[in-house]
Order: sequence, then C-alpha cells, then structure tokens
Amino acid sequence: MLSGRGAGVSTLLSVEHLDLFYGDAQALSEVSLDVPEGAITAIVGANGAGKSSLIRTIAGIERPRAGRIVWRGREIQGRASHEICDLGIGQVAEGRQIFPSLSVLENLEVGGHLPRARRFKSDGLAQVFALFPRLAERRSQAAGTLSGGEQQMLAIGRCLMGRPELIMFDEPSLGLSPALVGEMFRIIERLNRKDGLTIVLVEQNVAASLELAERAYVLETGRVVMSGSGAELLNDDRVRAAYLGL
Amino acid sequence: MNSLVSALPGRRRAGLILALGLLLAAPWVAGPYLLSVLVLALYYAYVGQAWNVMMGFAGQLSLGHALYVGLGAYVSATLYLHAGLGPWAGVPIAAAVSAAAGAVIGFLAFRFGIGGVYFALLTIAFAEFTRIGFEHVDWLGGAGGLFLPVVERGHLDIVDLRGGPRLFYYVLLALTVAALWLCHRLRTSRIGYYWLAIREDPEAAQALGIDLFRYRVLAAAISAAMASVAGSVAAFYYNSLTPADSFGSAKSIEIILGPLVGGLGTLIGPILGAFVLTGLGEALRALLDVTGHQVPGATQLFYGLVLLLVIKYLPGGIWPGLARHLGLGNRVG
Repeated sequence: MLSGRGAGVSTLLSVEHLDLFYGDAQALSEVSLDVPEGAITAIVGANGAGKSSLIRTIAGIERPRAGRIVWRGREIQGRASHEICDLGIGQVAEGRQIFPSLSVLENLEVGGHLPRARRFKSDGLAQVFALFPRLAERRSQAAGTLSGGEQQMLAIGRCLMGRPELIMFDEPSLGLSPALVGEMFRIIERLNRKDGLTIVLVEQNVAASLELAERAYVLETGRVVMSGSGAELLNDDRVRAAYLGL
Repeated sequence: MNSLVSALPGRRRAGLILALGLLLAAPWVAGPYLLSVLVLALYYAYVGQAWNVMMGFAGQLSLGHALYVGLGAYVSATLYLHAGLGPWAGVPIAAAVSAAAGAVIGFLAFRFGIGGVYFALLTIAFAEFTRIGFEHVDWLGGAGGLFLPVVERGHLDIVDLRGGPRLFYYVLLALTVAALWLCHRLRTSRIGYYWLAIREDPEAAQALGIDLFRYRVLAAAISAAMASVAGSVAAFYYNSLTPADSFGSAKSIEIILGPLVGGLGTLIGPILGAFVLTGLGEALRALLDVTGHQVPGATQLFYGLVLLLVIKYLPGGIWPGLARHLGLGNRVG
C-alpha cells in the first residue's frame, strides 16, 4: 500500500473512448483519461458535465455502451460494482451516504467486513481512528447525529476500511463550511502523500483541486475538452475565465 | 445460545433467563384456555422473527409472507398424508421448498430492479396466485383444504408431532428461542452488517462494495425457510389447512403486526409485539364475550388501532423505548 510518490509513473487506471447513455441521453462521449499510480487526478467541470457519471461508470454502477476501462492492464468495464470494489477501487460518493441509524463503529465495521478488508491482517479500525480521532470519540453515536464534516470523515473512514488502492472522491467538499473544506483537502492530500493512495478527485472547488492535482481533466457536456497537469490548467486562460472567474 | 447470553450485559442476561424460566413453567400453571393463547403468541413471535429478517434487517417489505408459511404447512402435511413422511423429515423439505420460493421471487424482483412498494405488491401477488392455484388442485383438497387425522386426548407422539397443546407450546418455544439465537448470530455476522447497510441506504451499500442482489436474495430465502417451519407446526397443531387461511392476505398482515408493534429490526421486538398483541386481542375478545357482545372483526379493528397508536407515538416500536426505560442500554437489539 505504501508505494510512495514518484516510485513510477505507471498508469493504474485508464479509461478509453467511454460512451454512456441514460436512455437516449448521452452522458459521456468518447471520454479517455489516465490515472497515474500514486498521484492525485482531478476531474473538473460544471454541474451536469458528466463527472459523477464517469465515477459511477468506473465503479460499475452504470454500464457503458462503448469503450474500455483498464485497471492494472485488465479490462474491467461491465463488471459488477462489488467486483470492482474488490479489486481495490473505492469511492466516496457524493452527499455523504452514511448509514444514519447505525453507530459510527457499525458504519466502519460494514466496511471492515468486505472480503478485501478481511485479507489484510493489520487493524483497519485503529488506522481510521488514528486518522480521524473525532470518529473514535463518537464511536457509539448514531451516524445520523454527526455534523456534516464528521459524516464526511465517516464516509472516508468507511471507504478506507475496505482497503482501496484508489479512492474516487465525488464532491467531497460539497456543503461543508470553508474551514472544513480546507481540512477535507488536507485529508485527501495526506491520504495521497503519506498513505500512498491514488486519488481521483471530482470537485466543484476547481482552484483547490487543481492546486493539489498532478493531472487534471476538464469535462464539458460529457467530453474531455482539456487536460494537463494541475498547474498548467490553473494557468490556462480559458480555465481561469470559465471556472475561476478571473 | 451461550454466545447470545454471554454477550449481553448483566441485566439483559438476567431478564432473558427470567423470561425463559417463566415461559418454561407456564404450561404447568396455565389452564387450557391460557395455554392456547400462549401457543398463539409463541407462533406469532416466531413467525414475526422470520419476517423481521427480511424487513427489519434487509429492508425488503414482504406483504405476502403467508405464502412461505402456507407452503410449509401444505408441503409437510401432504408428505405426511400421501407419503407417510413424518414432520421431522417433512419440515426440512418444506423449508427448502419455501426457501426456493423466496429465492425465486427475490431473484425475479431484484434482478429486474423491482423495489419498495412494487416489491411489496409482487409478494402479495405471488401469495394470491398460490392461494387461487391451490384451490384448484384436487389432491391438495381444493378449496376445502386438507385434514390431518385428529389424535385422542392425552396421546403424545413426538416423532409424528401428534399431541396436545402442551407439546406444541414447547415446540414453538424451542423454535422461538432458536430463531432468536439465529437472528442474533446473523445480526452480528458479516451478512447482518451487509443487510443493515442495504436497509439503511442501498446506493451507499453498493458504492461500498456490497453485492445487493446476492444478499437481498439470501435474506428472502432465509426468512422464507424460517417462516415455513411455523406453517408446518401450525398444520400439525390445528390438523386442518385451507388455501384461504394459509395463503390469504389477512394471514400475511397478521404476521407483520408483531414486529411492527414490538420494534422493527430488533431481536426482542417481534417476540414482545406478538405477546402484547395476542394478549390484548384475547382480553378484548373475553371482555366482549362477558358483556354479551358479538362484534365480528373486533380484534382486527383493535389491532389496527394499536398499530396506529404505535406508529404515532412509538414509531420505533415498543421495545427500543422499553429497553431504555429498563436500563438495558439504548442500542438496538
């Protein structure tokens, strides 16, 4: 798990010419992108650009009509979502989907019971509690009674319990206070830099996510319209005009 | 059983042992009428526990659970009458048939994404189809039903499950305790965690990596198999069964009242709810008898009223609040 940064620039996950339809409506067309191992890859774009659809398709929740999704050299498009999670592709879905009437501990234990988690000997719970001491304090509290920020921590912790190699974050800062947004980005950075996790970050907070990302893609109406390093896009005039209001 | 008892805090353990002791002694104290009421209460406690696996744990609303109870009754009774196969062989076969029926209905519904209200309607439809179908099969007795040979008073034959109310009381008590133990084990296992996750938020459970389809079908099959055993025992207790009584929607509704009143998704709730409802229902009937009133359907009306009151004032059921009040911890279970 601790592969570290710069150990290699191999591609962990690549998406090739992906088409997704909801009925007749095309949500993704010809989307191609590479997720380098050990890096943070940002996907930015306006509401409805297809960011969440892309994550849901990689996760096996939506079935693409065409295209390939390749994980460590193996094609995985069309596989069931639990099989894809079992490969090590985790996601923290939009809107903090915690299990509200279960306790914090039970929420985490659901993740800890996944087959992939059970293959690890070390104590995932201790690691999650070390990362989020607040969750340890509130372990027997019903998850629905947590604050928004704590629920987001729980959603991340629960995902970590499943021992992913790659985590896809869908709008992790949505609805959080400015102070918590900063903390959320620090957590994501820490998961990447310290724990060696590969990250795919879908964010409305374009500036912050481009600052963090080694690679970034801009999605518009289901198409990739721009790509480059985070810094390149951050300095691109079109990106600055369209997404940063500069 | 040991793990169930030892996992509980002291007061809960004491309470459980006390309740079990009272229940074990009851048939030697109670008169014939009270004993028949207790048999009924245990029957609903057990079958409510079975339904609770599917709705309370896995969040799938079945309004046709009479189907599995009825299949249990018909399969074991038919095997006894036509093949001379006693209940010890017939009950497992019947349970397997019901489990298969539950799995098939679950497979059809969950494969094609039928959930929520539509799934509930589908379960009603399957139970009704089966009722109408059985009314037209002559060697199953048609609409008139099947009758098992009635035994003499005082005759006791445990092998063929022939005997008086006391025998059936202990059989149902053993089943209720076994179901409580099984549900406790399931609830604290990987399967139970998955079920609760699916109940709480199916999308989040799927995103986390849980195979929704597989664990929903598993809940349907286990719940159906458990319900089936209640049907078999009831068939040998009443010695008669008809499609209308076995598969009718009134039966399906009666099954779910106990867990709803007692506490959906809890382990003690279905048992408590069954005893409270059966007790109150019988008390009402006795009251009406004493005062010389004949009110058909009075108990059903009364059950509806109790349900309304519980939903209004105790939406989680009686048990969670009672457990807190008795200092048994505020955790569900």
